[in-house]
Amino acid sequence: MLTPEQIEARLERLLLKVQKPGRYVGGELNIVVKDWTQVPTKVALLFPDIYDIGVSNVGLKILYDQINQREDALAERAYAPWLDMEAVMRSSGIPLYSLESHHSLAAFDILGFSLPYETLYTNTLNMLDLAGIPLHTSERGPSDPLIIAGGHACFNPEPMHAFVDAFAIGEGEEIIQDIINRHQAWKKSGATRAELLRSLAGISGVYVPSLYEAHYQEDGTVASVEARVPEAPPIVLKRMVAKLPPPTTRFIVPNIETVHNRVTVEVMRGCTRGCRFCQAGMITRPVRERSVAEVVAAAEEAVRNTGFEELALLSLSSSDYSHILELVTTIGEKFSGRHLTISLPSLRIESVSVELMDKLRDRRSFGFTLAPEAATERMRRIINKFIPDDQILETTREIYRRGWPTIKLYFMIGHPSETLEDVQAIADLCKRVLAEGRKVLGGKAKLHAGVSTFIPKPHTPFQWVAVDTPEQIRAKQSLLMRELRDGSIKLSWTQPEDTLLEAWLSRGDRRLAEVVYTAWKNGSKFDAWQDQRRYETWLAAFAENGLDPAFYTHRPRRMDEIFPWDHISDAVHKKFLFNDFRQSLEGQIRIDCREQCFACGILPIFANDRRANPGTSWKCPEVKSPATRKREPVPAG
Amino acid sequence: MRLRITFSKSGALRYTGHLDLAKIWERTVRRADLPLVYSQGFHPQPKIQLASALPLGFLGRAEVMDIWLDIQPGNSPLPLKNLLQQAAPPGLTILDVVEVEARLPALQTQVDSADYEVILLDPADRLALSKSLIALLAADRLERQRRGKTYDLRALIQSLGLLDEDGSGNPRIAMRLSTREGATGRPEEVLEALGIPFESTRIERTRLILKTDLPNPP
Repeated sequence: MLTPEQIEARLERLLLKVQKPGRYVGGELNIVVKDWTQVPTKVALLFPDIYDIGVSNVGLKILYDQINQREDALAERAYAPWLDMEAVMRSSGIPLYSLESHHSLAAFDILGFSLPYETLYTNTLNMLDLAGIPLHTSERGPSDPLIIAGGHACFNPEPMHAFVDAFAIGEGEEIIQDIINRHQAWKKSGATRAELLRSLAGISGVYVPSLYEAHYQEDGTVASVEARVPEAPPIVLKRMVAKLPPPTTRFIVPNIETVHNRVTVEVMRGCTRGCRFCQAGMITRPVRERSVAEVVAAAEEAVRNTGFEELALLSLSSSDYSHILELVTTIGEKFSGRHLTISLPSLRIESVSVELMDKLRDRRSFGFTLAPEAATERMRRIINKFIPDDQILETTREIYRRGWPTIKLYFMIGHPSETLEDVQAIADLCKRVLAEGRKVLGGKAKLHAGVSTFIPKPHTPFQWVAVDTPEQIRAKQSLLMRELRDGSIKLSWTQPEDTLLEAWLSRGDRRLAEVVYTAWKNGSKFDAWQDQRRYETWLAAFAENGLDPAFYTHRPRRMDEIFPWDHISDAVHKKFLFNDFRQSLEGQIRIDCREQCFACGILPIFANDRRANPGTSWKCPEVKSPATRKREPVPAG
Repeated sequence: MRLRITFSKSGALRYTGHLDLAKIWERTVRRADLPLVYSQGFHPQPKIQLASALPLGFLGRAEVMDIWLDIQPGNSPLPLKNLLQQAAPPGLTILDVVEVEARLPALQTQVDSADYEVILLDPADRLALSKSLIALLAADRLERQRRGKTYDLRALIQSLGLLDEDGSGNPRIAMRLSTREGATGRPEEVLEALGIPFESTRIERTRLILKTDLPNPP
């Protein structure tokens, strides 16, 4: 294995041959570099896309901070090299290395991948390959690092089951510490790698796929996924942090321009709205808020530590945060005159008040993005995001009136039972919104319509639904392109190929692993990059493995179908999801669950956590009675 | 007040380009909690003037920059140098901070020339290297193409020579090149003229010579 010094010597001759060499050298402000020889457990945190994207990942920032706070462990980072860098690394025999100490990744104890979305899978394999680590779990030996992964995509871990030794399901703050502890105990014991995996399977929220076996029905659907050893729970319940820990404030400050150059403070986790297409809204329950005081203190400290020019107040729906006005006002006062931009990345139309707009205008916020998602009443009832046209028009009018020339509206096509009339309504609504802008701003008013295509994600009420076929998607997209030719409207959309690839990977079972492997072997990587994604390679990989992609995406589902992810639980009952799906077909909406609890399953399972955290930080009702049930996973049925 | 800061740029910052460096300075000043002056308008820009863009991959031993702070001249909070150094990222070392006359011309227009030192990563023969240097200096003109334009490199070389070996056993090349607007010599062009590949070198700009530093200012 090359030493860091050898890696550095080779790098010096190569870095000036590649674009943006600053991606590959580390040395940023606020990194933690510990004495390699003095720290027993070395963890590398990996984001399987380029530095420019990965360095902004909030989840990894938290884990980096949490691990480095331990004296007996260190965390370093690595990202996927861009094509030019990969080529020179391979030709010069440089393995993938960490940015902090430039150690080869193979020298670490644990490699932790962040997998927030599915189109990172081939890059994950590519990074393992660049590190010289066997790709398949079954091929790894005692000296290979433990490969773990976490993030939203891991709520269906099966397509990656052959490559990842252990998945962390749910929130990572506590689970990562448990994994490190078990790893340390195992290292001292000198036991086999198989024993390490069994030990990890005993941690709440850890899924060790090699300890399970999948069986299939004759029609190709899953019959069962069964645990093979007693340590492996039949159903893996996600980890949930009952009280959000203090926010991270020592963010790494990149030395080069990246996608997001900003301080991020998570103001709240989860969302109470219950949009039926939204996986994040289901898997991040319950809603937990931080106090204004905590957010403000963290923001001040983080700005002092980083000097960033932007502060993002993150959550799935920032304007739903109970104290949003107070928060934005306080932050506005604290940072007045400091040239700090405040951004609220996700705003709900119904909770963006005129007052909030005024506060944000004072703070030089960037443009406004709103997500109506659908444009007919019928469709809005189906997806449970019921925002009337009047409200959209009123809000956008107020935004234009305050001088923001561009509004970005997000829509989705391909919702269940959508027709071309529903799509036509999207175009009509865009025109009406722009007309409002023109009334106050004239020709300066602009509209950006981002129209993505719906993917029925696991663990949502729509998991029973089929994806639109490429022909259906193209017909809907052509309609929008025809209708929205106005020079002041910018229309963007997702290529049907990107939608289908993400859908296969989201909904896949264990058999998809060999498809992922084949696609990677035949050159697929950077699948999240439209200009890199190779659709034909994926189709060929399905064919090579004797699988039909349509089986995963275009097939109507039986109501009692066992999904490949049913043994992974986010604490929301499958029955709740199915009832919600049925209500959707009847056009019934469910109101915000802060107003009425619909018994999704969170409270009985996390009753003790709720009792230990009384008051308003959780948005679930309070639990007064003693626990009647043990904390146990939801049955799959 | 207008401050002139001399600093060095080393380590990983070698791979940070000119525009990103300006951003690094803006953040450093914000971390130091000093009131940087911004331009007016919809997209206010911080008032930071770097004397001369340091190409990507170069080290800088004594770069020069002016920044404007919203503080009355003469009321410099002491110790400015320490405040900035504490807020600076690894690789940025502040060598000197002085208050200068606010009405001085833009710093970029004041640069005359720059000194460079080149470390050779591969073993080189001192005698052969001396001969190439002498041959290059002996030329009247050195026509080269850069971005589709022909120019005379020789006219931009003010001096060129070898420095003592520094432990590695390899000689270092030293040069002073013109660094005026429209007449900027690039060390990698000199290296190329000498037949030395850029990627087998480590180039450090050791000094920026301002017009006011010259014995007979023009």
